[in-house]
Amino acid sequence: MGRYLIRRTLFLILVLFIVSVITFVVFVKLPAQDPAIRAAGRSPTPELIATIRAKFGLDRPLYVQFGRFARGIVPWPGVFLDEQVYFSYTNHVAVKEEIYSRVPVTATLALGAAVLWLAIGIPIGIVSAIKPRSIFDRGGMVFALIGVSAPVFWLGLLALYVFWYKLQWLPGSGIPPEENMIQAVMAGRFILPWFVLALSFAAFYSRMVRGNLIETMSEDYIRTARAKGISENRVIFKHGLRAALTPVVTMLGLDIGILLGGAVITETVFNLPGLGQYAVRSLLNSDFPAIMGVTIFAAFFICVANLFVDVAYAFLDPRVRYS
Amino acid sequence: MTVPLLEVRDLRVRFPTEDGVVKAVDGVSFSIEPGETLGVVGESGSGKSVSFLTIMGLTRSRTAIIEGEVLFKGEDLLRMTNDDIQEVRGSQISMIFQDPMTSLHPFYRVGVQISESIRTHQKVSKQEGMEQAVEMLHRVGIPRPEERARQYPHEFSGGMRQRAMIAMALSLNPDLLIADEPTTALDVTVQAQILDLLARLKQEFNAAIVIITHDLGVVAEHCDQIQVMYAGKIVESGNRHDVYYDSHHPYTWGLLSSIPRMDEAAVGERLKPIKGLPPSLIFLPPGCAFHPRCPHRFDRCEREVPALIPSDGHHASACHLSLADKERIFKEQVMARS
Repeated sequence: MGRYLIRRTLFLILVLFIVSVITFVVFVKLPAQDPAIRAAGRSPTPELIATIRAKFGLDRPLYVQFGRFARGIVPWPGVFLDEQVYFSYTNHVAVKEEIYSRVPVTATLALGAAVLWLAIGIPIGIVSAIKPRSIFDRGGMVFALIGVSAPVFWLGLLALYVFWYKLQWLPGSGIPPEENMIQAVMAGRFILPWFVLALSFAAFYSRMVRGNLIETMSEDYIRTARAKGISENRVIFKHGLRAALTPVVTMLGLDIGILLGGAVITETVFNLPGLGQYAVRSLLNSDFPAIMGVTIFAAFFICVANLFVDVAYAFLDPRVRYS
Repeated sequence: MTVPLLEVRDLRVRFPTEDGVVKAVDGVSFSIEPGETLGVVGESGSGKSVSFLTIMGLTRSRTAIIEGEVLFKGEDLLRMTNDDIQEVRGSQISMIFQDPMTSLHPFYRVGVQISESIRTHQKVSKQEGMEQAVEMLHRVGIPRPEERARQYPHEFSGGMRQRAMIAMALSLNPDLLIADEPTTALDVTVQAQILDLLARLKQEFNAAIVIITHDLGVVAEHCDQIQVMYAGKIVESGNRHDVYYDSHHPYTWGLLSSIPRMDEAAVGERLKPIKGLPPSLIFLPPGCAFHPRCPHRFDRCEREVPALIPSDGHHASACHLSLADKERIFKEQVMARS
């Protein structure tokens, strides 16, 4: 297991390296406009641009430029997203500082939504699987189709219009800067974003649970369980779900990993100061140190989530062992 | 006369499908005495597994149409409530299956799975359940049972898993054990071990056993009674001697002739398979279902379904040939070979 973790960590650095190369090429080298000119503001003088070029190292050879960024991908305190290099030139704040202040928002959004979509998706999936082709199953199918088809930005705006503007049941978008996460949650500011983000996942998960459970229930070991004379409920909830939910854990880990890198659309619609919003803003400003930083950070989360899922699998499925 | 342990009367199981109604079991009647070993032989799709899954209430399809009576100790299992049949399942009638690789739950320890069976029917603590499970593993000949009970099924070999299944099935000392192709998925050497184990445990636990198989060789040594099934019907039934040395049905003759032989006389001889394929269970041939493959058919076979008629107290066959013809053909064509 120890060796396995070391190997996976090295692999993680490799993935982050590849991500940083691609991001560097796409956002630093390909843009038609020199980033230094953008950074210089409205009335740049040639001297100012030259100063900025020197400051960002844009006058240096390409590999030196990239090298400065590449150091920051090593997930080690002090090195990871080094403040000297990963420094936003639009608001002049270290990228790391900005990211760390935004992580709680995105984490609250992602984890809350995950709880919600599990609480909705799994029961619907179970009922649909136990009574296939019944009215519940068909209702679940309709729910899944709506959930998967409805675009999040539309759903978000619709939810705001109905529950905030018309009914005034829930607060609108945004979080006042003086509120911390707990206060924001208590004020109900996350309720709409949670539901909107969770809906499409809940729909997807309900279909996944249904499919897995139907398949599991036709396994030979389920017949064995029934032959033992244990009750049908126990057959379904103990023997069936144990096997049917294991792949759901995999999916959940990956989905949360992706969302922790920023739920771009939901954060934008609800004006939540999370990582996704930061990513969009950095892109619009061509703020390339910020783009590099936020991309690497998101990739880091996804890799860690992957690793976490694989390790969790070894605990959930006795047949899986890593060496 | 003793009351039979299990008496099945005119059992019919049909599955409606898009192509038509599959007559999987088509009027089967038989009985099992306490402590008896019954062998049920037939090809795939002859209805042998479906019959016994139905008896256990384990037919998979929700749409299956089931008719007839299954009297277990005088009570009809087919008309029992779910709760009552759950009480019987596992404790009084238990079952082991063809593929021990997939019949145990991969996520639970073997001991826990056996213990679960015990604790479903008996009020014992977790620890007692586990102790009994270990004891059962010991009795089915698994070495180091304490250690093995804590392992997962994937750490067991095929033969060991089948032993564990048997341990689970016998843990509540049932009156009837149904073994559905218990050795088909195993190596030949392991097959013999499992069959010997079943024979020994049958004595120890004093249970009646049903061995379902497609291999006449498997039932030869271990069964008191044998019934041969074809296309959802019993075509011949009798004791071991009747079926092996005095067989009365052309299908049984075909099965006997297709057993490979290794002796001197058989050198260079080819296997004699039964010609043709089993019939579709949706469109059964008129008359005797076996007639298209039968070398001894005559016009009556194509019109009239033969009934299972006893020629003496215990030996019955469903064939239109006269008894004299049957005995003559068997002697001349089947016995002469073996």
